[in-house]
Amino acid sequence: MDLFKMFSKNDNSKDIAKERLKLVLIHDRANVSPQFLEMIKGEIIKVISDYMEIDESALEIKLTRTKRDADNSTVPALVANIPIKKMKETGKI
Amino acid sequence: MGEVIVVTSGKGGVGKTTTTANIGTGLSLQGKSVVLVDADIGLRNLDVVMGLENRIVYDLVDVVEGTCRLRQALIKDKRFNNLYLLPAAQTKDKNAVNPSQMQKLCLDLAEEFEYVIVDCPAGIEQGFRNAIAGANKSVVVTTPEVSAVRDADRIIGLLEANGLKNPQLIINRLRIDMVKRGDMMNIDDMIDILAIDLIGVVPDDELIVVSTNRGEPAIANEASLAGQAYRNVVRRLMGEDVPFMNLESDSGFMSRLAKMFGFKKKK
Ligand SMILES: Nc1ncnc2c1ncn2[C@@H]1O[C@H](COP(=O)(O)OP(=O)(O)OP(=O)(O)O)[C@@H](O)[C@H]1O
Ligand SMILES: [Mg+2]
Repeated sequence: MDLFKMFSKNDNSKDIAKERLKLVLIHDRANVSPQFLEMIKGEIIKVISDYMEIDESALEIKLTRTKRDADNSTVPALVANIPIKKMKETGKI
Repeated sequence: MGEVIVVTSGKGGVGKTTTTANIGTGLSLQGKSVVLVDADIGLRNLDVVMGLENRIVYDLVDVVEGTCRLRQALIKDKRFNNLYLLPAAQTKDKNAVNPSQMQKLCLDLAEEFEYVIVDCPAGIEQGFRNAIAGANKSVVVTTPEVSAVRDADRIIGLLEANGLKNPQLIINRLRIDMVKRGDMMNIDDMIDILAIDLIGVVPDDELIVVSTNRGEPAIANEASLAGQAYRNVVRRLMGEDVPFMNLESDSGFMSRLAKMFGFKKKK
C-alpha cells in the first residue's frame, strides 16, 4: 500500500473494507496462519531453486479466492507470484 | 414446546442486549409469552436495559444451584403481558454454570413459554458455550464494521459447528448517510460476505440510548426508527414475510424515514 493511495479521498472506504474482509475471512475460514504460509513459501523456494534463479525477496504467496471456471462458484486459491531472474542449466534439458 | 433463540455476536458492544430486550418486548406485545434469559454471568446488563434492576431477588445461578425454584427467580415485567426476565448473577463468573445445566434450564423454560430469548455474552469461551447450549435457533448481531463482521463470521462458523444451522443476521447501527457516501458497507455487501439470511436492519438511533437511560425498550416507542426496525424483526421471527424496502434509491428526508420502516431487500 503506498501512502498516496492511503490518503486519497477518491475510493470508497467501504470497498476497501469489503476487500480486506474478504481476504481476512479466507484465512479465518481455512484456519491458515501466516506462519503456515511462510512454511509453504520456504518449500516452494526450495523446489523451484533447483530449476531457476528467483528473486526471493519479491516472492509473494497468498491465499485468496477465485471463480472456478467449471461452475463459476467461488473457491479459495493459493496464488504465488514468483519473479524469475534466470533459468538454471539443469532446467534447460 | 417453545422456541429457544440465542442472541450472539462475537464482538462485544454491538447490540446483543439491546436486541434481546427489544425482540423480547416486541414478541410479548404480539401476544406471545416470553422469558428473557441473561446469560452474561458476571456482567449482567439486561436487567438495567429492561428497567427491572430493582426487582431482582434470585438469579440464574441460584436456580442452577438449587438455591431457589425457577419460578421464584423470574421477574415479571408488569408493563407488558407475559414478559419475564431471568437475571444473570453479578458476583459469580461464567464457570458457575455449565452447558448441560443451561440446556436443562432452557428446556424447563421452553415448557412454559412460547419464546425463550437468551442474551449471550461477548467472546467464544465458556459464556458463549453456555448461552448456546439450550438454543434451537440463533441470531447473530453485527455492526457494519470490519472487526464486528469478522467476529460475526467466526461465530456463524461456531454456531453451525454446534448444530445451530441457519443463524439469522441482524445488522445494527447502520448509518444511511455513511452508506450513501460509500463510507460504510451496505446491506448487500454484508450479506455477500457473511452469506446468511438477513432478519433485520436496525439504524443507528439516538432513541436507543434515551430508552436505555429510561429502562424502556425502544420497540414500545412508536416514534423510534430503531423501534420500527425491531417491530419488523419480531414479525419475521414469527414467520411473517415482511418486505425489506430499498432505502438507497430514493431521495428526500421524509421518504427516507418512511423507507426505514422496512429496509432493503436481500439477495
Ligand atoms: N441501534 C443503535 N443505535 C444507537 N445506539 C445503539 C444501538 N444499538 C446499541 N446501541 C448502544 O450500543 C451500546 C452497546 O449495546 P449493547 O449493550 O446492547 O451491546 P452488547 O452486544 O450487549 O454488549 P456486550 O458485548 O458488552 O454485552 C449501548 O450503549 C447501546 O445503547
Ligand atoms: Mg450485552
